[in-house]
Amino acid sequence: MLFTSYRFLFFLLVLFTVYYIIPKKCQWMLLLAASYIFYAYAGWECLIFIGITTLTTYVAGRMIEQNHATQKNYLAAHKAELSKEEKKAYKERQKNKRFAVMTVCLILNFGILAVLKYTNFVIANMNGILELTGSTKVLAFQDLLLPLGISFYTFQSMGYLIDVHRGTYPAQKNLFKFALFVSFFPQLIQGPISRYDDLEKGLFGQHTFDWTNISFGLQRILWGYFKKLVIADRMLIGVNTLIGDTATYTGFYVFLGMLFYALQLYADFTGGIDITIGIAQVLGIPMQENFKRPYFSKGIKEYWRRWHISLGSWFTDYLFYPISVCKPMLKVSKWSRKVLGEKIGKRVPVYAASIAVWFVTGIWHGAAWNFVVWGLGNCFFIMLSQECEPLYEKFHNRFRVKEKVWFKAFQIIRTFLLMSSLRMLDCYRDVPMTFKMFGSMFTDWNVGEVLSAGVWNLGLGIHDYVVLAVGTLILFTVSMVGRRGSVREMIARKPIGVSLVIFGSLFIATVLFGAYGMGYDASQFIYNQF
Amino acid sequence: MEQLLEILSDLHPDVDFEECDTLIDDGILDSFDIVSLISEINEEFDVVISAEHITPENFNSAEDLYALIERLEEE
Amino acid sequence: MSETKKVRRKRAVAVIIGLLVILAVLALLQRLVMPKYMGEVKEGALISEYYDEDKDFDVIFIGDCEVYENFVPATLWENYGINSYIRGSAQQLIWQSYYLMEETLQYEKPDVIVFNVLSLQYNEPQKEAYNRMTIDGMRWSTSKVECIQASMLESENFIEYVFPLLRYHDRWSELEPEDFQYLLGAEKVGHNGYYMQVGVVPVDYIPEGKILGDYSFGENAWSYLDKMVALCEENDVELVLIKAPSLYPEWYEEWDAQVEEYAAEHNLKYINFLEYTEEIGLDYSTDTYDAGLHLNLYGAVKLTDYFGAWLAEECELQDRRDEEALAEVWEVKLEDFYTQKEELEALKEEE
Repeated sequence: MLFTSYRFLFFLLVLFTVYYIIPKKCQWMLLLAASYIFYAYAGWECLIFIGITTLTTYVAGRMIEQNHATQKNYLAAHKAELSKEEKKAYKERQKNKRFAVMTVCLILNFGILAVLKYTNFVIANMNGILELTGSTKVLAFQDLLLPLGISFYTFQSMGYLIDVHRGTYPAQKNLFKFALFVSFFPQLIQGPISRYDDLEKGLFGQHTFDWTNISFGLQRILWGYFKKLVIADRMLIGVNTLIGDTATYTGFYVFLGMLFYALQLYADFTGGIDITIGIAQVLGIPMQENFKRPYFSKGIKEYWRRWHISLGSWFTDYLFYPISVCKPMLKVSKWSRKVLGEKIGKRVPVYAASIAVWFVTGIWHGAAWNFVVWGLGNCFFIMLSQECEPLYEKFHNRFRVKEKVWFKAFQIIRTFLLMSSLRMLDCYRDVPMTFKMFGSMFTDWNVGEVLSAGVWNLGLGIHDYVVLAVGTLILFTVSMVGRRGSVREMIARKPIGVSLVIFGSLFIATVLFGAYGMGYDASQFIYNQF
Repeated sequence: MEQLLEILSDLHPDVDFEECDTLIDDGILDSFDIVSLISEINEEFDVVISAEHITPENFNSAEDLYALIERLEEE
Repeated sequence: MSETKKVRRKRAVAVIIGLLVILAVLALLQRLVMPKYMGEVKEGALISEYYDEDKDFDVIFIGDCEVYENFVPATLWENYGINSYIRGSAQQLIWQSYYLMEETLQYEKPDVIVFNVLSLQYNEPQKEAYNRMTIDGMRWSTSKVECIQASMLESENFIEYVFPLLRYHDRWSELEPEDFQYLLGAEKVGHNGYYMQVGVVPVDYIPEGKILGDYSFGENAWSYLDKMVALCEENDVELVLIKAPSLYPEWYEEWDAQVEEYAAEHNLKYINFLEYTEEIGLDYSTDTYDAGLHLNLYGAVKLTDYFGAWLAEECELQDRRDEEALAEVWEVKLEDFYTQKEELEALKEEE
């Protein structure tokens, strides 16, 4: 069920109604049922995979917690008789047991993800190597099922497991409640990747009908649909034209495509997240924000703190820190500082962990070299800006422009263009093609031709451009206003008429200007022969 | 504590670490800072701060961080 | 306490009024973007015109363009005093004909229903645009609901029939003057469902019918003919099957034989007018407006006159020209009819 299908809207309508009619202690069960119905629409085979992840993670979590309890009881019971060394040794043994349980579960679940998602990528690369060695052997691609949202629910479950292992929070005792945490439908397709302790209270709590919350949630859902249908899906036509024909659309077209894609992706992704968080809010479940106006970032590191926040923080907490502060890495750090000197040596753990994290982030986004290069490209620029820090410092001490509006604007535009350029790897067939297209921006000077005639050949008409321009302006304005706090709260403080006009217009605009449905082509309605 | 403050102000000379208690929440310490901080602490105090200890509660102020170090030293 | 209650009530009233205004705007927009079928594709407007009638007809025609282009109710009235109406629409599929029949029988019980059998060739939904032209004009009833369900293609959604705005919203960018002109009410297009054409394009060539692998009609199509027969029996209405004398698309002999057999089996009257073109006096060099697909007004009048005589005799239909009220109604209709005829002929002269 796509968010943008009538069926999904109907599904929501039924869910919201039933949710507030049934006894409150049954609400979470309804959500579980709804999530599994939602999931089953993607194919019942997928249920097996989410079932395996749910079950294994649940059991592993419980085992780890049991072990925590056993350890505590044992130590309390034998407090007097055990020496400090014995206690330490006992703790160590238990710790190893817990670690083993966690590791098995992590390997199993990440293994499933890896096999389903990356087998064909590996095969493609092996074929490439075989070809280089002159072999005529070709490995066949496997027809593997990729269950809906597997990347998201696997990461969410594994985050939970690691947290339980760390003792951040106790494990969930009820298998069905845990199943809801893994499968909660609004976030299944594109996140956010929630933390168990953030979601727990909302998911399993009892929620009374609260008009403010519900109307805010509905407003947010509407805003999400506006972004998705009016802006993203319309822009998609242009984006697909531009990246679909690399022979024609070079030079300034590439730049145009880059801007279009930046807008399309932002509207689509944040629109989807708005719908997700809005649904959760209607259900009375608070959810972490996943975006904080990322295109206003002044630097690449800041950008990644504001774009797809839940993914970034997942990688930071569960991959970056474990790698960079683990004992072997501390040893490496000590050694490198001795050998390479304080300044450079200090960076070794950080950079090593960064490279690993960005490699994985890249491959997480897609099983292709494009994404690997994209990830490492991000990493490169982050390091570069880190290294240039002293230079910037000097610059800012010399020229006092840091607080000037124009300089901030420059930083924002620079960051936006940099991130958009990297994102081109998303669009084109392979890495060399992307570089070729990127290069053509600087060699093919066709600005005049594109602006005078080319823009009309992209499948977008004048009315499309008008809608996109107005839509983007609204998006921009809302973002600007949003810097001062929740836009919905600001509107709610005004007389009720203001809300009605704003959201009424938004609804009408979405229905009228949304790029959905089969489209109207007058020639279909011309009478021919029958 | 003195030692810790020294390490911290080496990282960010412009921050008043004695007063500030939103080091994480306000993004004053980023992930790079935290990692170098941990390896410095490892050298100076001989305690291992592992990933599970990296939470806002432990890193939001110098005081919190010092409390963490003391706890780890005890173990 | 009462103060907050008052405030709350005021808010509730404001919200309700606001929602009503939004709904009204949406309803207006829906009317605006729906195709009006007043310019080029006028046949799209035919179905909805029936509801304005007195619904006291002796004969109802159902079927595709072969009924609304080829039969002239005005002629049936003028020559035989038969009060008739055509519920025809472009590429009307057989289940759509059935549901239109069902709907019509909710309003009235005619003596005869005439069904043109060409649509037996279609066993599945064909084209969304034609579904729309037939269904959008229908008033809501269980017949309409079932008609939609029977007609929808995979790419269609029921809700888009309930709220056509969802289907036609894209038209906002290509609205025409007629969309505003006919926003609140359409002009009458048909003459009791007849769509007048006065052009003359002689037949110069008849495309050979493709050879088909299988000439038997589909099961689904047959089942709706069965349902029509049953429904007419139930309502004591005589069902007459016809095949209009359009030269193409091809009406295969194999098809004709099947209908022939079916009619005999169910004791129905069936006329294939293609076999009577000489008796009717059709001249395909002057009597068609599109080279043989459909008759023009002159051909249609000839055909209707022939059929009227047949209906009066075989179905024993009374001449109702002496019914005063009805005659008055027809007087107005005939005036419209001849005015339009003159206008169209004048236009043709100019060209």
